[in-house]
This record gives sequence, structure tokens and C-alpha cells, in this order.
Amino acid sequence: MKLDEVKEILNAEVLCGHDRLSEEVNTACGADLMSDVLASKDEKSLLLTGLTNVQVVRTAEVLGDIVCIVFVRGKEPGPEILKMADSASIVVMKTDYPLLSRVFCTKMDLTVGVNFNREAVYNGF
Amino acid sequence: MKPYTMDFDVKARDFSSAGESSSKFRKTLLMLSIPSDIVRRASIAAYEAEMNIVIHSYGGKMHFEIYSDKIVIIAEDTGPGIKDLELAMKKGYSTAPKEVIEMGFGAGMGLPNMKRNTDTMEIVNHDESGTKIVMTINF
Repeated sequence: MKLDEVKEILNAEVLCGHDRLSEEVNTACGADLMSDVLASKDEKSLLLTGLTNVQVVRTAEVLGDIVCIVFVRGKEPGPEILKMADSASIVVMKTDYPLLSRVFCTKMDLTVGVNFNREAVYNGF
Repeated sequence: MKPYTMDFDVKARDFSSAGESSSKFRKTLLMLSIPSDIVRRASIAAYEAEMNIVIHSYGGKMHFEIYSDKIVIIAEDTGPGIKDLELAMKKGYSTAPKEVIEMGFGAGMGLPNMKRNTDTMEIVNHDESGTKIVMTINF
């Protein structure tokens, strides 16, 4: 799925990486614990998180396969986070949707586009 | 063959620069055209080790050796050591303080994640004088 579809589904606002919305993601990972993210599989992923500290971007950077970070619950990341994400070529968005479970990491197969509709995102995360 | 080496000091509780040495290490691996799965495993192991130094120790250092057929990562700190190593190796066991958990760390996955992503992991020392961990990833 392309990032501009993700943006549409999550009713998200793009905060950096406007020019990279045509990039694809294959899976999504929802987590508020960075070690759970680090234990995730090697695929082009979307990271949904309620954490807004620089370590979120650092974790994504170290993994190297997180294409986009979506901050949930309307949280606004600071300029330092956006600057770091931009230099690591990571797209950043924010959405008002919540991460339903705080310590809950789930992987969703986005390669089948039909699985990834608004309801699935809402229920899955 | 002489390896390409990198050394970094890691400050205790400095969360704004935590992970910088692992990030620089990763960039170097990419520059040296190391296979991407190896880069990923080495970066995760290094990052978890570096975060452990930041979270749990009085400070320490990261040392990297890049050979033509393997990578060696050495994480060393100045204490206070790991009290119960068997428990620390268990997934989910954490001694991290509340404020660290609120930052998204201290999930009790650090050492298990390091072991999972490396071919060998040896905890050379873990008494109160400091902890030293040597990890190897073969190509």
C-alpha cells in the first residue's frame, strides 16, 4: 500500500516527507515499546506509536526498514524529531486515532489492500 | 587482516544522544556494502547494547570491529553490573525505572534481542565493577 493511501485511511496530516508519499509499505506495527519494534520482522513498515521522543526516530533509523512513523492520539512531535526523521528519509504523519492498546504490537499484512481499511486499522491498533 | 574499528563513549542517562553510536556504526556498515540482513542484525544488537549502557550503567563505551567475514561488537560499562543474569536473559524481565519505561524502553527485551540477532554473545563480566558483552555476527 502506498503512503498516500495510509494518509487517507488514517485521516492523517503529513508533517515531513510530503514528496515521498508514493512509497510503499508492506506491514504495520503498532507499539509504545521500542524493543517490540526492534523485535519486528524485516519488511518495509509503517510504525504507529503514541510516543513522541527522539528515540522513536532513532529506533526507526537503526532498523532501516521503517518508511513512515504515524503519531497517534493527535500527538504533536517536536521540531527535533521532524528534523531527525527528515535527515533519515522517514515520512512522519499524525492522526487523531488512538492506539487501542498501549503495550500491543501487531503486524498487519498490508500487501492485500482489502485488509487495510479504516475499520481494520481502528480495530487492529 | 586488520579490522576497521570504531569507538564511542556512551553517557549514562543521556537520552537525547542515546543511539548515536549505533546509528553511525550502521551508516558505516552500509557504506562498506555489508549485506542488508547483517546490517540490520548488527544495528539492532548494537542499539540494544548502547541503550542498556544509557539506561542501566554509570556510563561506558561501544567498540566495533568490522572484518571481511564478521563483525564484533563490544559493549563495556563501569558498573553496577547485572545482579541476576539468568533473570535478565528472560524475555520481559526488566529492572528499568518508571521514567525509562515511559520513554518506550525497559521492556525486558534488550539482552534477548541482542542474543537473537548475533551468532555469539558472551557476557565476559557482569559484577559491580562493570559489564562487558562481546557479540559476533558472521557473514
